Amino acid sequence: MLLELRHLKKHYATQKAVDDISFSVQKGGIFGLLGPNGAGKTTLIRMITGIILPDEGSVIFDGRPFDPAKDIAQIGYMPEERGLYKKMKIGEQAVYLARLRGLGRDEAYRLTREWFTRLEMQSWWNKKVEDLSKGMSQKLQFVTTVLHRPRLIILDEPFSGLDPVNANVIKEEIFRLAQEGSTIIFSTHRMEQVEEICDHIVLVNKGQKILDGSVREVKQYYKEHLYRVGFERMPAVLEGPGFAVVGADTKSPTLTVRIDDGFTPNAVLQFFISQGAELRSFNEQLPTLNEIFIRLVEGTSPARSFQTFTV
Amino acid sequence: MNKILIIIKREYLSRVRKKSFILSTILTPLVLVAMIATTTYFTVRNIRNEKIAVVDPAGMLQQKLTSGKKVTYTFTTDADTSNFTDKGFSALLLAPGAGINHGNDFQLVSESSLSRFAHDQVGNDVGRALENNMISRELKVDPARIDSIKKIAAGIKVQQVKKSDVASGGSSSFSVQMGIGYFTAFLIYLLLFIYGMMVMRGVMEEKTNRIAEVIVSSVRPFELMMGKIIGIGAVGITQFLIWIVLLTGIGMALTGAASPDVLEGVKNAPGATPGLGAPNADSLEMVNSLTRSMATVNWPVVIGCFLFYFLGGYLFYAALFAAVGSAVNEDPQDVQSLTLPITLPIVIGIIIMVNSINDPNSAMATWASIIPFTSPIVMMSRVPFGVPGTVPIWELALSMILLAAGFLFTTWLCARIYRTGILMYGKKPTWKEMMKWVGRA
Repeated sequence: MLLELRHLKKHYATQKAVDDISFSVQKGGIFGLLGPNGAGKTTLIRMITGIILPDEGSVIFDGRPFDPAKDIAQIGYMPEERGLYKKMKIGEQAVYLARLRGLGRDEAYRLTREWFTRLEMQSWWNKKVEDLSKGMSQKLQFVTTVLHRPRLIILDEPFSGLDPVNANVIKEEIFRLAQEGSTIIFSTHRMEQVEEICDHIVLVNKGQKILDGSVREVKQYYKEHLYRVGFERMPAVLEGPGFAVVGADTKSPTLTVRIDDGFTPNAVLQFFISQGAELRSFNEQLPTLNEIFIRLVEGTSPARSFQTFTV
Repeated sequence: MNKILIIIKREYLSRVRKKSFILSTILTPLVLVAMIATTTYFTVRNIRNEKIAVVDPAGMLQQKLTSGKKVTYTFTTDADTSNFTDKGFSALLLAPGAGINHGNDFQLVSESSLSRFAHDQVGNDVGRALENNMISRELKVDPARIDSIKKIAAGIKVQQVKKSDVASGGSSSFSVQMGIGYFTAFLIYLLLFIYGMMVMRGVMEEKTNRIAEVIVSSVRPFELMMGKIIGIGAVGITQFLIWIVLLTGIGMALTGAASPDVLEGVKNAPGATPGLGAPNADSLEMVNSLTRSMATVNWPVVIGCFLFYFLGGYLFYAALFAAVGSAVNEDPQDVQSLTLPITLPIVIGIIIMVNSINDPNSAMATWASIIPFTSPIVMMSRVPFGVPGTVPIWELALSMILLAAGFLFTTWLCARIYRTGILMYGKKPTWKEMMKWVGRA
């Protein structure tokens, strides 16, 4: 266990930003911290990184209570509200930020050169941030976050403002870092990225944790026993025992069916085969995280509407 | 290396390396000197020589008006109010025809009014000539004797000597002390503003660039704030030292041009004529007395106090400016409304200073030089008058202790506002909200 949050609470004047949240993050792997805007993600992360202190509860880092002075060098945090000194040269800036994380001068230079070479940024060294495009400065921001080889990397909406090509470069780097043993906490409200990247997720809403589990578990837990059946021709009779048709597409003949409790997918197949229908495909329809989210968040009547994206 | 040192280094170097810093540092003293030089030049040049026709039918002046730089007198009988301009005169001085004992006034007729210099000069010249004439006529004294007696009397001055200086036989020049007090207090006022604002802009830049949160995830907000304040303070001191070096250099170059040998020569020239020699001797005398009274000023105390009050005042106000910078967003109007409560005491300080310079022992000056909000400016205006003496040791000590306690307090207070403020986006907080941030753990 690299990180453990125990009953964290934080109130601001008018609301409870974080209201008794506990979860733990395993060493290695990519962890998704999800929630709608204003759910308390940023407050939670700020407590993990020691920027603010919790009113109650504790953060356990690597088995010991988190000590900002010592452990901060182990953490790389890219906030959602991020930026760089516009007038500072890029190379110097990366070195400066690395040194603030606790690296020595020579090591900071060496690692900056190394990263710049890998991401083909060498020619930027003497440019200023104000001369970079938004995508380029996001790339630089990412480099400055992970340069000091932190064991825990926290990325808050890392892909916002990146074009697909650069987003892919960053995604590859995230996977590479995870493989090399870094633990990554990935905070977002973009569900399609979570499904693609994360192993384990926690969903928070209105300051409370409402979901905690691996992506597979969560999908299994919230599945509605939906299956898609593809045919050569749409069968004549659609009513059968043990299932109900909930959707139909006549163009590429497919049916979406929900299997009743106590029945298995075999019941559906048997029925259509006995009807003489020519089957083409049969798939389980697991809910997307996006669907699960909307369901859960709407179920807890959020203060603000949830941002949805088609998957 | 300690993180705060890394921050100080960046804050310092990023400013000192800027072209605008180098230019303003070098140009400011040059512009200052050039401005003083041109103003002096034009003031001197603008003194026109007025040609005045004097009509004195009763002979009251006995042709005894001495022409000088400002005025040239010509005694004449054929000029009158209608034709003096045609004859090339700028004014016509009409003596009353009835003679000296009738109490009639002289008339100075001119087309456009004469400059005040010329007018005063004519008044003085006429008064002196009349006085001399009357004395020599009534008391039958040789006019040359009158001149020499007057000269001796004019050479004797009233010297203000402080009780403490009587024993040493030294004299103190209050006007020099006033000048030093005014200059140093005003300098502190300017520096507080310039560098305080620089701190505020730096904090605002970090907030609007959204780099604040990136940095406070590595260092404590307090370290970031102090690094900035100290770094900019070092920029101030650097700029200040360069100015001193440059101004001293310019000063030495100018003194070198007016070689002391020449001045000595003029001074010692025997029988310097009153017309030409006198003004030079006067200005030389002025330079000498200035040098003498500059020497009576307790420079180590003045310079030590200046450095202390500059640094103390800067630290006191820089933290406040940093807190304001952390609280506001981009909106310039927010900046104005939040900086006003901070700049107001500085401005009040300068107003009190202008009064205290004329009366450094007034109750208001004393209190304002003890309270940390105004003490850097007001105390600096009192210190050149003498420590101890005008400013008792206990007052100075109390003022310094309070200023040190003051900046520790503002730093503590503002660090608490700052750490919340730099992470807040959106609407401008009220003062009440900011006070709540202070209380937050």
